[in-house]
Amino acid sequence: MKGLKKRIDKVKPHFEKEGKLSKFHSVFDGFYTFLFTPNETSRSGVHIHDSNDSKRTMITVVIALLPCVLFGMWNIGLQHNMAIGDPDRAFFRMFFYGFFAVLPQILTAYIVGLGIEFIVAQLRGHEIQEGFLVSGILIPMICPVDTPCWMLAVSVAFAVIFAKEVFGGTGYNFLNIALVTRAFLFFAYPSKMSGDNVFVSLGHQTAVDGYSGATPLGQLASAIGGDAQVLNVVGDPLSFTDMFFGFYPGSWGETSTFCILLGLGILLVTGIASWRIILSAVFGGFFMGVVAHHFANELYPVTYLLPWEQLSLGGFAFAVTFMATDPVTACRTAAGKCIYGFLIGAIAILIRCYNTGYPEGAMLAVLLMNCFAPLIDYIVVNGNINRRLKRAVSNE
Amino acid sequence: MAGKIRIKKGLDIPLKGKPSDKITVDTSSKLYAIYPDDFPGVIWKAQVKAGDVVSSGDIILSDKISGKICLVAPVDGEVIEINRGERRHINYISIARSEKNNEKASAASNRIDSEEIRATLQRSGLWAMMRQRPYDIVPEAESVARDIFVTAFDTSPLAGEIITEKDKEWLEKGLETLSRLTSGKVYLNIRAGQGIESKAATVTEFEGPHPAGNVGVQIAAIKPVNKGETVWTLDARTAVRIGKFFGAGVSDYTTLVAVTGPEVSDPHLVSTIVGASIEGILNGLLQDPKGKRIISGNVLTGEKVGINGYLHYPYRQVTVIEEGDEADEFMGWASLNPGKYSVKRNFPAFLRGLSKPFDFDARIKGGKRAMILSEEYDKVFPFDIYPEYLLKAIMANDIDRMEKLGIYEVAPEDFALPEFVDTSKQELQKIVREGLDNLRKELS
Repeated sequence: MKGLKKRIDKVKPHFEKEGKLSKFHSVFDGFYTFLFTPNETSRSGVHIHDSNDSKRTMITVVIALLPCVLFGMWNIGLQHNMAIGDPDRAFFRMFFYGFFAVLPQILTAYIVGLGIEFIVAQLRGHEIQEGFLVSGILIPMICPVDTPCWMLAVSVAFAVIFAKEVFGGTGYNFLNIALVTRAFLFFAYPSKMSGDNVFVSLGHQTAVDGYSGATPLGQLASAIGGDAQVLNVVGDPLSFTDMFFGFYPGSWGETSTFCILLGLGILLVTGIASWRIILSAVFGGFFMGVVAHHFANELYPVTYLLPWEQLSLGGFAFAVTFMATDPVTACRTAAGKCIYGFLIGAIAILIRCYNTGYPEGAMLAVLLMNCFAPLIDYIVVNGNINRRLKRAVSNE
Repeated sequence: MAGKIRIKKGLDIPLKGKPSDKITVDTSSKLYAIYPDDFPGVIWKAQVKAGDVVSSGDIILSDKISGKICLVAPVDGEVIEINRGERRHINYISIARSEKNNEKASAASNRIDSEEIRATLQRSGLWAMMRQRPYDIVPEAESVARDIFVTAFDTSPLAGEIITEKDKEWLEKGLETLSRLTSGKVYLNIRAGQGIESKAATVTEFEGPHPAGNVGVQIAAIKPVNKGETVWTLDARTAVRIGKFFGAGVSDYTTLVAVTGPEVSDPHLVSTIVGASIEGILNGLLQDPKGKRIISGNVLTGEKVGINGYLHYPYRQVTVIEEGDEADEFMGWASLNPGKYSVKRNFPAFLRGLSKPFDFDARIKGGKRAMILSEEYDKVFPFDIYPEYLLKAIMANDIDRMEKLGIYEVAPEDFALPEFVDTSKQELQKIVREGLDNLRKELS
């Protein structure tokens, strides 16, 4: 490593202020700090620092996402083989089918998103910030497997520029970038983002008879009557175990509640995600699920789902674990987090049950609450201010 | 019966190099110095010239505005240097100690009134060892204290005891003297089980992790500072000095310094005098100062000094850690090194237990970012204040909002732990210091 370091240090002067490549200072700096943790020591204030930094935080989230990523890739292969009637269930063949199906999307998201980050950092003369490391993997995971790359590129560019960079970059955005991307895709290209034909990768092969690529929630939303049954791609009924482990079509990263729980475990143990948001969101979702189930109505077939089925289906668990807990766009006060989480859970199930036009409400619930998060915090902080004023008055 | 308060939020940083109870006497210090910047809120004017002969207790610096508050020579000797920086700002005044020891006893009467106590404290240099809130500065010459808070223990990393058994008698005398300066109460805050009683002061026991020993935390738990109120704070060592001065007429500038840190060969307590040279204090305890960071104070709030520097206020601790700027860590963000400490438990060290001692060096270990993670500060900040919102108000220089969010209750040292755990690596203490200074300027 010493040799590498020496070699890099040799070219470093070119990228500094007076150097001939100073235009690329931020980019160089980004790669440099990626390779070598800066050995800068503290000049004022505390003399020692906690080892955690922004890079480590983001990497921890990416690691927490890995179970979902790996399972999702395998599940793409599984759904593909089931749909085309291929009896082959070899693990690696299915996994690599999925891997190559989503690789272009992952690359597209990173190249477009990071490219914009690099350019903006360079224009502003800032260090490159790590926020997009997480967004870049999240975005493909919450999209249908057959999303065309050009659509993804357009939406990523829109989200990064208009939801993040115009507000000042990582740490200043008020909407979750991954969800803005998803919402843009959803509203700009609705035919490619919902329906029965986007969530299973057929790969130019013909499906078996009786095939339907609709997601469980999609099936329910278009069902009539109260006895609708959730089916898998070849028409067999889905058990709760299937729902929990995620053996059904959907946005590929978010079907397995089991893998999401593994990731959640990592986020909670490391203390990166707020347990308050997660707990209150699950509580809110469960509460709304109970209410909906109690007043189940044939007009709204999704209301017939049991509360725990609600929590395991669709993007709910994924959105709560990885989107609602985004610290930048969530509430920042402890009390605020409880309100914020509860409302996300409740609104997600509310939209899912009572708006048949949107089979999944988690995305809109999180985006809506992102908008309200500052208001909730404002109220909580004002409570603190009033308490202080009252104390001062009572002392006089 | 002492009241008891439990502080729940906070963090005891497991730094290597805890001092033992052994006490040795520093016999090798020859030079002593006073840094005027250690006493903020006052514009200091030198009252001596290089070459002047001074006795301990003689005035060397005084307040330019009122002329009342003074800093004094801690030893008998000759003024060596008035070290000045930019625009003739005084960095420090150093004094070479002479062998003669002419301790003057000027027995102060027990019956003097509060105005005389005030004037005597200001003249003796003891006043400057107190602080006032708001602003965390030396109490203004005419300031009136709602209450006075004395802390008898220090919870900062590796800190030693502030007072010993034999100081207790003088402490009581000091508290009694202080009680004549306020119409409110004198509060003595001790560690649970420290076993100090007082008739002159209200004693409160505290338990819990750092910053339970920070006087600001204690005030917040007992009786927070409101807008328009002023409280004075001091440590028990200063109260003991006040007791000795008024009880026996002795100016006592001795101090017990905990020499600590992973780079010190035998961490223990050293008895020396205020302003002693670091070289004298560290005599034989540090093999090679090269590549080491010597801190006068603790690792959170101390001042970086070289081996040729001197002990800074509050004269209680010296810590030596590795500087660490030679280390090139390859892809540190992916590190599995079990020696890296983080409260975030995303380093393998948490598997071996985060309470076992760690080696720390002075590296910041990351780039400066916007505040990303929330509630990081709150976990180590035991005030009824939202630190993040207060900091943002300070950065925006929004005076009205700072007041509303509780800036009168805090000092920079209260933000030391948040600064340590901060993932965004912001200089929080500096932000608060600048905020307090701006606020004072705006409101005066």
